[in-house]
Amino acid sequence: MSETQIYSLRVNGKLREVTDAWLGESLLYVLRERLGLPGSKGACEQGECGSCTVVMDGAAVCSCLVLAASAVGADITTIEGLTDGALTDVQQAFIDEGAVQCGFCTPGLIVAVHHLLDNTPKPSEMEVKEALSGNICRCTGYGRIFAAVTRVIDQRAQQ
Amino acid sequence: MSIHIPTSLDDALALLHELPQVQLLAGGTDFMVEVNFNKHDVHDVVALRRVTELQQWHHDETTNTVTIGAGVVYAEMEHGELATLFPALAEAARTVGSPQIRAAGTLGGNLGTCSPAGDGLPVLFALDAVVNLASHRGTRSLPIGEFMLGPKRNALAQDELVVSISMKTNSGWQGYAKVGTRNAMVISVASASLVLDTVSGTARIALGSVGPTIIRCTQAEQWLQTHYDISARKDLDEAIATEFGLRVSQESRPIDDHRSTAQYRRHAVGVLAKRLLQRGCVQ
Amino acid sequence: MSTSVVRTRRDTLGTSALRPDGGAKVQGSFAFSSDVWADNMLWGATLRSPHPYARIISIDTSEAIKIAGVETVLTAEDVPGKLTYGLIDSDQPVFASGVVRYMGEPVAAVAADHPETCRRALAAIRVEYEVLEPHVNPEDSISGSVPPIHPNGNLLRHQRIVCGDTSVTGPVMVECEYEIGMQDQAFLGLEAALAIPDSDGGGLEMIVATQWLHEDRKQIALCLGLPEENIRLTLGGVGGAFGAREDISLQVHASLLALRTGRPIKMQYSREESFFGHVHRHPAKIWVRHHASNDGMILKIEARMVFDGGAYASTSAAVLINAVTHIQGPYRCANAIVDGFAARTNNPPCGAMRGFGVVQACFAHESQMDKLAQACGLSPVEIRLRNAMRTGDRLITGQPVESVAPVERCIRETDAIALPPQMTSSPHELSLPGGSGRTADRSHIVRGIGWGVSIKNLMYSETFDDYATARCRLDNGVVTLKFATSEVGQGFVTLAPQIARSVLGVDTVIVDPMDTTIGSAGSTSASRQTWMSGGAVDGACRLVRERLFEHVAQQHNLDPLQLEIDDTDIIDTRGTLRISVSKASAGVAFEETFEHHHRPTEDLDENGQGNCHVAFAFVAHRAVVDVDTELGLVKVVQIATAQDVGRALNPLSVLGQIEGGIAQGLGLAVMEEILMVNGIVKNPSFTDYLLPTALDAPDVVAILIEEPDPQAPLGAKGVGEPPCISVTPAIAAAIRDATGRAITRVPVRPSDICL
Repeated sequence: MSETQIYSLRVNGKLREVTDAWLGESLLYVLRERLGLPGSKGACEQGECGSCTVVMDGAAVCSCLVLAASAVGADITTIEGLTDGALTDVQQAFIDEGAVQCGFCTPGLIVAVHHLLDNTPKPSEMEVKEALSGNICRCTGYGRIFAAVTRVIDQRAQQ
Repeated sequence: MSIHIPTSLDDALALLHELPQVQLLAGGTDFMVEVNFNKHDVHDVVALRRVTELQQWHHDETTNTVTIGAGVVYAEMEHGELATLFPALAEAARTVGSPQIRAAGTLGGNLGTCSPAGDGLPVLFALDAVVNLASHRGTRSLPIGEFMLGPKRNALAQDELVVSISMKTNSGWQGYAKVGTRNAMVISVASASLVLDTVSGTARIALGSVGPTIIRCTQAEQWLQTHYDISARKDLDEAIATEFGLRVSQESRPIDDHRSTAQYRRHAVGVLAKRLLQRGCVQ
Repeated sequence: MSTSVVRTRRDTLGTSALRPDGGAKVQGSFAFSSDVWADNMLWGATLRSPHPYARIISIDTSEAIKIAGVETVLTAEDVPGKLTYGLIDSDQPVFASGVVRYMGEPVAAVAADHPETCRRALAAIRVEYEVLEPHVNPEDSISGSVPPIHPNGNLLRHQRIVCGDTSVTGPVMVECEYEIGMQDQAFLGLEAALAIPDSDGGGLEMIVATQWLHEDRKQIALCLGLPEENIRLTLGGVGGAFGAREDISLQVHASLLALRTGRPIKMQYSREESFFGHVHRHPAKIWVRHHASNDGMILKIEARMVFDGGAYASTSAAVLINAVTHIQGPYRCANAIVDGFAARTNNPPCGAMRGFGVVQACFAHESQMDKLAQACGLSPVEIRLRNAMRTGDRLITGQPVESVAPVERCIRETDAIALPPQMTSSPHELSLPGGSGRTADRSHIVRGIGWGVSIKNLMYSETFDDYATARCRLDNGVVTLKFATSEVGQGFVTLAPQIARSVLGVDTVIVDPMDTTIGSAGSTSASRQTWMSGGAVDGACRLVRERLFEHVAQQHNLDPLQLEIDDTDIIDTRGTLRISVSKASAGVAFEETFEHHHRPTEDLDENGQGNCHVAFAFVAHRAVVDVDTELGLVKVVQIATAQDVGRALNPLSVLGQIEGGIAQGLGLAVMEEILMVNGIVKNPSFTDYLLPTALDAPDVVAILIEEPDPQAPLGAKGVGEPPCISVTPAIAAAIRDATGRAITRVPVRPSDICL
């Protein structure tokens, strides 16, 4: 398509060039379809499900609502950039507590939980629920997700 | 088609002047929904996220005026100093979308979209906020009531943008409440913000989602001022609160849509007004 | 039997084994069907009707095809094979031709180099419609008062049940009409597929998120006019299903585009399109009258049940049968007269969703039980206990309930669960109804308690042989399992290896990709895969075990019947031999395939009599809600439940199904509804179709009732559907308790409570 412009995004610590992209593309689309980072998921395209959550300049945001070409200069961390391969404590707790079923909401939730615990190391039950209220899960009813977050909070408190 | 990311207000205003089909992008939480849902084409986009002048707020203690940059995100109003200065704004900010939306959405964006369901807008109206606008031609300030013209219509000229919002801090009480059919992340079915100014003895109440734009209930305000001592905020009769709610409800102009009915909205906004008044006054 | 050796946990049956795909899912590397791509791929997109009912005067694609990047545009004229598809009746056009019958019906499809190019191409297709007055009232289909909107007529099915003495009346009579809104499955992983054409154009491969690979293949092949074996389907990662992936959505369109362009086609729906691209839960109106004795014993049920099937049949006929045959609930009833109708209208097509007709019936019968309790001066618990069904009781269809039926136990154990603590004097503001909106204070809240109990059939009914196939290969101590069972998130990929470990004493179990290179597993629906595919895996593993025992017996000169698996060893029950399975299977390989069929079922006769169902599961729910009675806002505080699971093969997975099902039932109770005005859908987005968030989720206290069902291959009943069935009426009853309002409709709207 004609309406393109070359730009670069800093994703997971690396500067990635985006070429040949239509300028109306969301950050979610560019991550998934152009940068080979399909871990962020799209389920609503309007910021009502949280599946596409990434951290941008220290804030957890919906990547579907970021115009990719406007994110030049921002530091973006996706689910793929959380670790080098080993599971984080949050990821392990999600597996152990049965917080994963279909798994479509999971990457967004993992990013949101890490972001919460980075900023609020010992959140109350209500703080956890409020912080995750933008991440819809259709399979679990959230019970196992709360259990996983509680497990991480307890584990970190013991360390 | 182009995307521009100015880093100063002057650059942004110059772009607004030069580009014929300019579209302003603040937090993206409205704009990108439109793009993703194919509701509008993308032309010349000016993204405001790097314009530093818009990201700041300051408190002028000599005039008791707080000026909040149009690009300050809702998350910043939820906690901290701004929340202490404007508890009603903090309460409204907390109801905006999800935490992710609040990390991106801005007051300027809310004003730009000017939806009657914009969560921050009733608070701004109840606080008698002034909207500060700029273009390459100069600056102007409008009372918020003159800025909001109708459903998704405002007084912005094509080459103009919202720079900031100015509000006086008030002594007294302020609050906000919003009805939605879910406990979080929900578009307002009806909302209200009440400010009780104990110095002047006046009350101001503004309603969201119950009219073509945000509604100020001046008659109910007048009635309350003559029937209750707002400066004291004591001994509020249930009957006064009920009557206030009823009068507020009568000033609402709701419609039926897929989110609710006019009848429910009229009822709900009256209940909110009553409860806010009771919250603000020692019974 | 020799003494067992204590070992570390081996993830056998009965343990809470963890998901094998969990690691990939938490890291974002699990490939959902929307994550797959191919070189040289094009994007596909669908043009849909904006009208619920209209004649198509003309379709002009000439401008669309001229757009740079557009490769092809297809309409009904381009369908080479059968022009329609459908699960039970093939009555839905691949592309509308001549007429559109619901808002969102596919009219054309395009393939282009970018989703945005597709969007522009769709916008450039000129369709001239003559808009017709939509037929949206199911009663008009029943009365025949409107002309047929489809050649097959406006009535999708009528089924009557006449049971016992219909002249019986009771001294106590309660009646009411109930209404259930249209719910959406709202899985998060949107419809997506990648279709890769064979180089000779004679077939294709498809990676797709579906509930039933073989049924998809059958329907695709028919529409393409190709033999089934030329179509190879592989399951892409599925982001939830809940019934919405049982019907064809984009499969045929993507296949047609791939064959036409000779290039791989990726199609994926947006959320808005998804609302139009799959069937929904039937909205229904149900009138019921119960006759009872003064002490609350049900004497007769009369009911009239009307289900709006929308424009095309999908599974409406089967949904209706579930509804009429479950209207008595888990209670004894000797006499009944029931009429059920599934009607065709110009509303969106409805079909399978978790609970499949029983959700609607349950809201009606449970609301009636509370009315009956009140009329007889009994508690909600007592009325249910008095009428509770037991194993051996007959349904109103005449079918004896041979399944274990621990209804009384479900109720009693739920009742024994502690109620949540009373609200404190200064509760957290987010725990109140209205949540973050800060609408209420403590003084505005009234608490209510309500009950719901349900019966749900498992597997397919009415003579359908929904068998499942599985293959087990034991090779050098490693088991490889193969089946076409759709993993949609429910956890069959966890369970299948557990079965193999238990049966064969192995540790390492590999699950091959699910695809059509093996026989059908049937659909991942109807709470059936643990029973059916579980039975098939169990059967295949047992056959392999027989071969292994024969092999060991021969080597050691023993009777294979003396051998047994003990943990990871093979032991001689009459001697001293103990040899590890890995050692015993070194150097040999055995492979067996097994089809599990459930016992045959019967059709219903004209009076609704017949053994039409296979088996049943039961559950009880008690809801505690806080209601802001003045604003009509509700917070569900706690759901207590005891569920008849037969045997908990993986307690953690069962709990996940229970908590997840409860959240969906909660959604139907207080917020989820597709709203239509004259056939126009008003809220096809997650902004306006509201799903429960973390702040809406109640505390769930669950008890698993384990009474293994002798009919079930592993003793386990399906656990997927029951959790979402009676929780909805329980919440509605709790709202009634708090408010004194009638509450005859779900979802309960704020105005139903306070105006």
